[in-house]
Amino acid sequence: MSLYMTLRIAFKALGRNKLRTALTMLGMIIGVAAVIAMVALGSGAQEQIEEQVKSQGTNMITILPGSMNTGGVRTGQGGNVKLIPEDAIALREIPEIEYVSEMVTTRAQVIYGNQNWNTSIQGTNVDMPTIRSWTPKYGNYFTEEDVKASAKVIILGSNVSDTLFGEGIDPTDQQLRVKNQIFRVLGVMSSKGSNGGGQNQDDQAFAPFTTVMQKLSGQIFLNSIIASTRSADDVRKAADAISATLRIRHNVAPGDPDDVIVQTLEDIIALRTQTTSTMSALLAGVALVSLIVGGIGIMNIMLVSVTERTREIGLRMAIGARGSDVLLQFLIEAVVISAVGGAIGIALGYGGSKLITYFESWPTLVPPDAVVLATVVSAFVGIFFGFYPARKAASLDPIEALRFE
Amino acid sequence: MPVIEVKNLTKVYKMGEHEVRALRGVSLSIEEGEFVAVTGPSGSGKSTFMHIAGCLDRPTSGTYVLAGRDVSKLSKDDLARVRNNNIGFVFQGFNLLTRTTALDNVELPMLYRSKNKFKTPDRHKRAMNALSAVNLGDRHHHMPNQLSGGQQQRVAIARALVNEPSMILADEPTGNLDTRTSIEVMGIFQRLNKERGITVLLITHELDIAEYGTRLIRFRDGRVVSDAAVAHRRNAVDELAALPPPEPDTPPPPPAEAEAAAHA
Repeated sequence: MSLYMTLRIAFKALGRNKLRTALTMLGMIIGVAAVIAMVALGSGAQEQIEEQVKSQGTNMITILPGSMNTGGVRTGQGGNVKLIPEDAIALREIPEIEYVSEMVTTRAQVIYGNQNWNTSIQGTNVDMPTIRSWTPKYGNYFTEEDVKASAKVIILGSNVSDTLFGEGIDPTDQQLRVKNQIFRVLGVMSSKGSNGGGQNQDDQAFAPFTTVMQKLSGQIFLNSIIASTRSADDVRKAADAISATLRIRHNVAPGDPDDVIVQTLEDIIALRTQTTSTMSALLAGVALVSLIVGGIGIMNIMLVSVTERTREIGLRMAIGARGSDVLLQFLIEAVVISAVGGAIGIALGYGGSKLITYFESWPTLVPPDAVVLATVVSAFVGIFFGFYPARKAASLDPIEALRFE
Repeated sequence: MPVIEVKNLTKVYKMGEHEVRALRGVSLSIEEGEFVAVTGPSGSGKSTFMHIAGCLDRPTSGTYVLAGRDVSKLSKDDLARVRNNNIGFVFQGFNLLTRTTALDNVELPMLYRSKNKFKTPDRHKRAMNALSAVNLGDRHHHMPNQLSGGQQQRVAIARALVNEPSMILADEPTGNLDTRTSIEVMGIFQRLNKERGITVLLITHELDIAEYGTRLIRFRDGRVVSDAAVAHRRNAVDELAALPPPEPDTPPPPPAEAEAAAHA
């Protein structure tokens, strides 16, 4: 019998007892909806993190002193390893690298009139805004002359500016005191929000790194170096070149681990999403178990159905159905239940994730491959769990079956 | 050419350690257009003979030639094809699909055809023709639970006809029907047999039902003990005419009265 006819016969058979068919589907519906919703939550969180991390500048590479142990935890940051300005100069020689900025960090009290604010001061070079794709909304960033002269100039983050000068006010050319020294405000950076690691990027201020090193913190070593490449394809190559250059400069013996951490955006995203993906995997595993339970439910109901319809099977065989016809019919009935249940589950999971976003403002994203996978798995559940009952039906003896009460 | 030709048919079952010899060498032949009744007590082998004649089972030894083809040693799948093409079954319990219209029930054997399959409109037409042949054309959309026992059996007969089989095999077709309806159903078999020349093989343990046929074969202990023409053949049409009209609202008459009326 053609597949189309078998499909029609299967649908008719399922339609004869709509309530039972619907209840049997329930296991699949709930299981698939749960998987889709969990995956949506995980993907949404992952994408949000990626976007936050990327907002720090694409093609960016961060170099930190210290080394990574397994698991991505930095050990001994600082320690005996130091980054010096000459390291940054050496990195500018690497052909794939377009921009480099030295980075130092200190904390200081910033005072304007009777407003003061304890904030982090980032010492950078002139290319920091380009590397981080981050430009001032008021005024300008400092220049190479300012760096050469260790000028006492400062650019404020938008939170710092709002606190000291008030919201919406352009403080360019105002003067304020940083650690008892007078600094001139050159501008205010645009708002960026969180950096995906829990730090508010608008709550800091920027000055030439030479100024911070010589006049504010007195340090001679850099906290980190940031660099960017011409194109995204060069990032991996550039990162490797940076490691090689610094190993030579720091006299690291071959075979010893790197003494600096070279972190690309991919690395940062991977770190941050590690916990989310572990959680997602666990949750998806639990949801998968519920899919198996749904499949077992289908198998049980199909077994009951086969027993109940023993005389019907005997009749079909008597009028000419072969074993393979009966097997195919019941297998397709099981697959229809699981596939339709899966489809409804996907729709429900999608709708549910949208509701979660609406009510809880948690980001959700249903990836297309999850939908395809859910559909395939649903059909497979039907085939796998429907096979045993279908085989039982097909191996009935028509004479015995017709006699069955 | 005979429709059924059976030579030295035996059937042996193993029940645990015992062997049951259900058929002990049966030979007979049935020509096209005959109306044969097979009767006998329980354990006589008539059911076993019917299963083999209907290609639901294979003999242990002997040959069975159905419509010119030796079917004694066919595989299960081939037997299924033979049943679909050559045999129309009518059962005591009707065996219609529930929650399915009469038309869809009648169409069912056509869905399992392996060659010369019909397209949907042809299937509908043939099914409607079969239903008209049993006078149920106006109820083609009814479900079995909306039909009386007699009407359900008539749908089953239409279903048996739809693939134009070599013979109709009826197993106690009136077992679940009241007297009047039984006579109506036997009348349909007689009409189909007379007007269309359809071979009918009827299995029954009731002698009065067997007497609607032309030939009576008796089984006992796995053998044919008698095989002769029916002496006084009953005519369903005449008997129905002689019955008083049915009164659905009054309780059924006690058995003695009904029999007296039927033999009037």
